[in-house]
Amino acid sequence: MTNYLMSVHGPAEMEEFGNYGSKEAMEEAFAATGAFNDQLKADGYWVFAGGLQSGSTATVVDGQGEKPVVTDGPYLETKELIGGFWVIDVPDLDVALKLAAAASKACRGKVEVRPFDGLA
Amino acid sequence: MQTGTAAVERVFREEYGRLIASLVRRFGDIDIAEEAAGEALVTALEKWPTSGVPPNPGGWLTTTAANRAIDRIRREKLRDSKHQAALMTHDDTPHEPTGPVQDDRLRLLFTCCHPALAPEARIALTLRLLGGLTVPEIAQAFLVPETTMGQRITRAKKKIAAANVPYRVPEAEDLPERLGGVLTVLFLVFNEGYLASGDGDPVRVELTGEAIRLVRILRQLLPDEPEVLGLLAMLLLTDARREARVRQGQLVPLTEQDRAGWDRALITEGHQLVRQCLGINRPGRYQILAAINAVHTDAPSADDVDWSQVVALYGQLARLDDSPIVALNRAVAIAELDGPGVALALVDRLPLAGYHAWHATRADLLRRLGRTAEAKTAYDEALAATENSAERAYLARKRGELV
Repeated sequence: MTNYLMSVHGPAEMEEFGNYGSKEAMEEAFAATGAFNDQLKADGYWVFAGGLQSGSTATVVDGQGEKPVVTDGPYLETKELIGGFWVIDVPDLDVALKLAAAASKACRGKVEVRPFDGLA
Repeated sequence: MQTGTAAVERVFREEYGRLIASLVRRFGDIDIAEEAAGEALVTALEKWPTSGVPPNPGGWLTTTAANRAIDRIRREKLRDSKHQAALMTHDDTPHEPTGPVQDDRLRLLFTCCHPALAPEARIALTLRLLGGLTVPEIAQAFLVPETTMGQRITRAKKKIAAANVPYRVPEAEDLPERLGGVLTVLFLVFNEGYLASGDGDPVRVELTGEAIRLVRILRQLLPDEPEVLGLLAMLLLTDARREARVRQGQLVPLTEQDRAGWDRALITEGHQLVRQCLGINRPGRYQILAAINAVHTDAPSADDVDWSQVVALYGQLARLDDSPIVALNRAVAIAELDGPGVALALVDRLPLAGYHAWHATRADLLRRLGRTAEAKTAYDEALAATENSAERAYLARKRGELV
């Protein structure tokens, strides 16, 4: 079994109704994602998942020096950021890619699949 | 019996894909498989010249390489459970394939052509692991520096290991699409050989030959897949014209080729395959391309080509594949049926300004329409868009004939 991060990338700043356009579209996406999550758990692939607040709520901390330096904002100033992610535990990349396709459809976003080097 | 180094290397090359594939299955690691195969070759080069080639050279190489791999794993005390498990297992799988879908090479082919790998890496990896070509050979064939090709292959192998790309023939529901990816890779290998993109040899037989060899293996493994038969037929019917296609360093267009110089044996085999496809009656892209090639190779002379059938087949292909390249080829056939004016109107609409064949086609149609000045410009643009020496020589001659 291999652990993969499936991360969803989207606009750094959220509009009203997330980035879904309308209240109905947002609710549909939430429902589809919820159903996808339930299936992940039922299939035994679920490790963890979560959605993130917008990039403007992020804080960067550099603790490598003598005193930690705290800076407002995401680490990289880009137009697109990770909006949410799953951690899955599946037999191989083919299974991960199938799940990513379903995840992408459910959450209405592109999904990056990346293997973990290890999980603590 | 005396066996020269060249003979040993030939056997090794023949057996390489099977050898690597069975080692990858057993040890689950491409690097270990390649290294062990290399060591088995060294041993064979030492022993075979005096003892002769063993009766089952593939089995001999597999056993020798597997022993080397186990030695290496022991030596390096690799603690990975996968390697330990491999050590414990006695491999009693016969060397010969046990069934079509069980063949190790087929699994490895699907791994090499996995959609998660970059397209150029898929081609390189397929040639390296299944074709047994060396990194310098592949680098030379694709005209990139050896270090670049080495990095490309290393990176792909690393991704296969780290991302756990499976060594497996896809399940039935995914097979058609994944098989499409494999056929694309083999088709591209052939194409690069048949009209090489660089300024070196215009035809690279090591690539055309390797592509045909790999498609033949694929056909043995999946004997009932009509698209595999179609691709094989298409490659054979195209390769049959190879000798007649370049004369004194110049590309000779299909209609001007000396048909006596075509390889009749390949044409016969290709036609048989096309008939087999028609019997299966599940048409697809490569089968249609094969059928088009069959029409051309069926005609005793260029004047006898049944262009209406060629146009109809391209129409059928265009319904499956709406790419402008198909539309361009269809237009070339339409020029023979309805005249160059009709064809030019179709060609001019296509967004192919970066493609040498588009310029070359326009140049030819403009020439036939007597629009000499425009034809000259189009020949110049075609010349600027290709480095293939035979094609350049042909285009330069045609341009020079315009007055």
